[in-house]
Amino acid sequence: MSDIELELRGVGLAYGHREVLRDVHMVLRPGERAALLGPNGAGKSSLLRAITGGEGRRLGAVLLNGQPVEEIGRLRLARQVAVVPGQTTVAFPLRVEELVALGRIPHEHPLLGPRPADHAAVDAAMRRVGVESLVGRDVRELSLGERQLVVLAMAVAQGARLLLLDEPTVHLDLRHQVAVMELLADLSERDGVTVLAVLHDIALARHYFPRLLLVSEGRLVADGLPDEVLGAELMAEVYGIDDSLLAVLGGARG
Amino acid sequence: MSAGVSTPVSAPVVRVGRIEGLRRRPVMLAFAGLALCALVLALGVALGSVGIPLADTVGVLLHRLFGWPAVSWPASTETIVFELRLPRVLTAMAVGVGLALAGATFQGLLRNPLADPYVLGTASGAALGAAVAMTVPLQMVVLGIGLVNVSAFVGASLAVAVVYRLARAGGLGSMTSVLLTGYAVGALLAAALALVMYLSGNSLRQIFVYLLGSFALSSWPQVLIGLPIITLGSTVILLRARVLNAMLLGEETAGHLGLDVNRQRLVLLGAATLVTAAAVAMSGLIGFVGLVVPHLVRLVVGPNARTLLPLSAIYGAAFLGAADLLARLPGELPVGVVTAVVGAPFFLYLLRRYRASYAL
Repeated sequence: MSDIELELRGVGLAYGHREVLRDVHMVLRPGERAALLGPNGAGKSSLLRAITGGEGRRLGAVLLNGQPVEEIGRLRLARQVAVVPGQTTVAFPLRVEELVALGRIPHEHPLLGPRPADHAAVDAAMRRVGVESLVGRDVRELSLGERQLVVLAMAVAQGARLLLLDEPTVHLDLRHQVAVMELLADLSERDGVTVLAVLHDIALARHYFPRLLLVSEGRLVADGLPDEVLGAELMAEVYGIDDSLLAVLGGARG
Repeated sequence: MSAGVSTPVSAPVVRVGRIEGLRRRPVMLAFAGLALCALVLALGVALGSVGIPLADTVGVLLHRLFGWPAVSWPASTETIVFELRLPRVLTAMAVGVGLALAGATFQGLLRNPLADPYVLGTASGAALGAAVAMTVPLQMVVLGIGLVNVSAFVGASLAVAVVYRLARAGGLGSMTSVLLTGYAVGALLAAALALVMYLSGNSLRQIFVYLLGSFALSSWPQVLIGLPIITLGSTVILLRARVLNAMLLGEETAGHLGLDVNRQRLVLLGAATLVTAAAVAMSGLIGFVGLVVPHLVRLVVGPNARTLLPLSAIYGAAFLGAADLLARLPGELPVGVVTAVVGAPFFLYLLRRYRASYAL
């Protein structure tokens, strides 16, 4: 499947009359990897939601390779765009390989179900993410870190060319954080997958993402290389803490 | 890159080793279930308060269904086998299919293991409808379908329609709000039912029998009208295994997997309600089937709807057919009592035994 360029033109999101996000313009080139930063409630998740659809009313235009997402059929869209939520809850006993296989739903035959190619994609995705040793385990018995990797494997099995992640490293220990970051880097650099991830950890974002987007009060206030975006004044202003503390937390330079 | 997981996988697998073997053979389970259905059907027609030789039973069925030449048997035999027992067994099995599928659907849609076909007010709606019909001094039977059947069907369907409209009107899109609205409306209808029962006088016992469920009044006209409705709703559900699978991780994820969630949810709710309404109109409120059968099947084969739905249908039919047989052999017990008495301990046993693989 072809690579995907994501373009936002004046995108916003409103719940009723309340606008939680407004006037976001940006372009993510195919294979580009960007992290979305900002304080709680700034509109990071809203930005993801404005792209993927869901709750709330979208304003402006979201384009994939120049085509408005509304004009792309649901199934076709699901084959191109995968969303990884920050937390996944499972109501019934579900095994690792069964969860990963859910990623094939946009591809499988609507009535007859998965075909051999789907099974192969599931196996490949589990190997790629390194969760094949978890096969047979109940997802609910896994640690949060393991579970997050399994959900990532599901997104990989979905075969999407654009990956949207909402705080994929929250709750994870260092080793799993690094594992997720390495995987995202690998997917974008080796496979040309376009990646947009909401992150809280500034140090992780700076180390693993060549481009950072900073959101504050429903607006995109900075967009660029890590060292540009993480400038002391802006960060201090957006997060409301002073520079010396920011330096300790991995933000501002020097 | 490695996930670095060192926990051995073998421990839980050994404990559920036998079930694990079955899990890999859903087709075999389906054929075993169908064989069980055939056995229940045969026993259900052959056994009863009046002893009829097996040869005569088979003879009557072949004669009436396939036009085989009649051998000599008393006319009463033909009536008992063909007019009483066969429609009764077929009704029980059809209702079993419907309740099991509706239960699996509601559990999947609401993402709630405690959901059953009655969770959105169908039970109290149907009971209220039936009770009102029994209390009014009006007997109407058209084509063998009584006022009671019709008003139970209407009551059940209306209850869910009201619940859905109320939940949507409240602007709460989630299925949790549908569930809570269902409880509230159900409680309201139950209060109305209690009032009707209190004022019903002579019909009280009749209403009570309905609440416990029974197949004693099954007839061909009921089968011929109820069966197509259940078949229609069941087919709609069975064709949407993909939807229920996508819903396993919630509605938002289902949307990201390419589903039109609002539409599919409405279709599935409608189909499950239709099936449940037909079932309660035919046989009253039979508990436990719709809750337990999908869980038992899920315990063995996992939550994949592509195997869960067909197997629930098959084993629902076998379970309720057998329960009805048990209910009428010692006289005429309410079948709802039998399903609970047989189903609950068995379910508890399985839960205890396989708790590791099935933590609620």
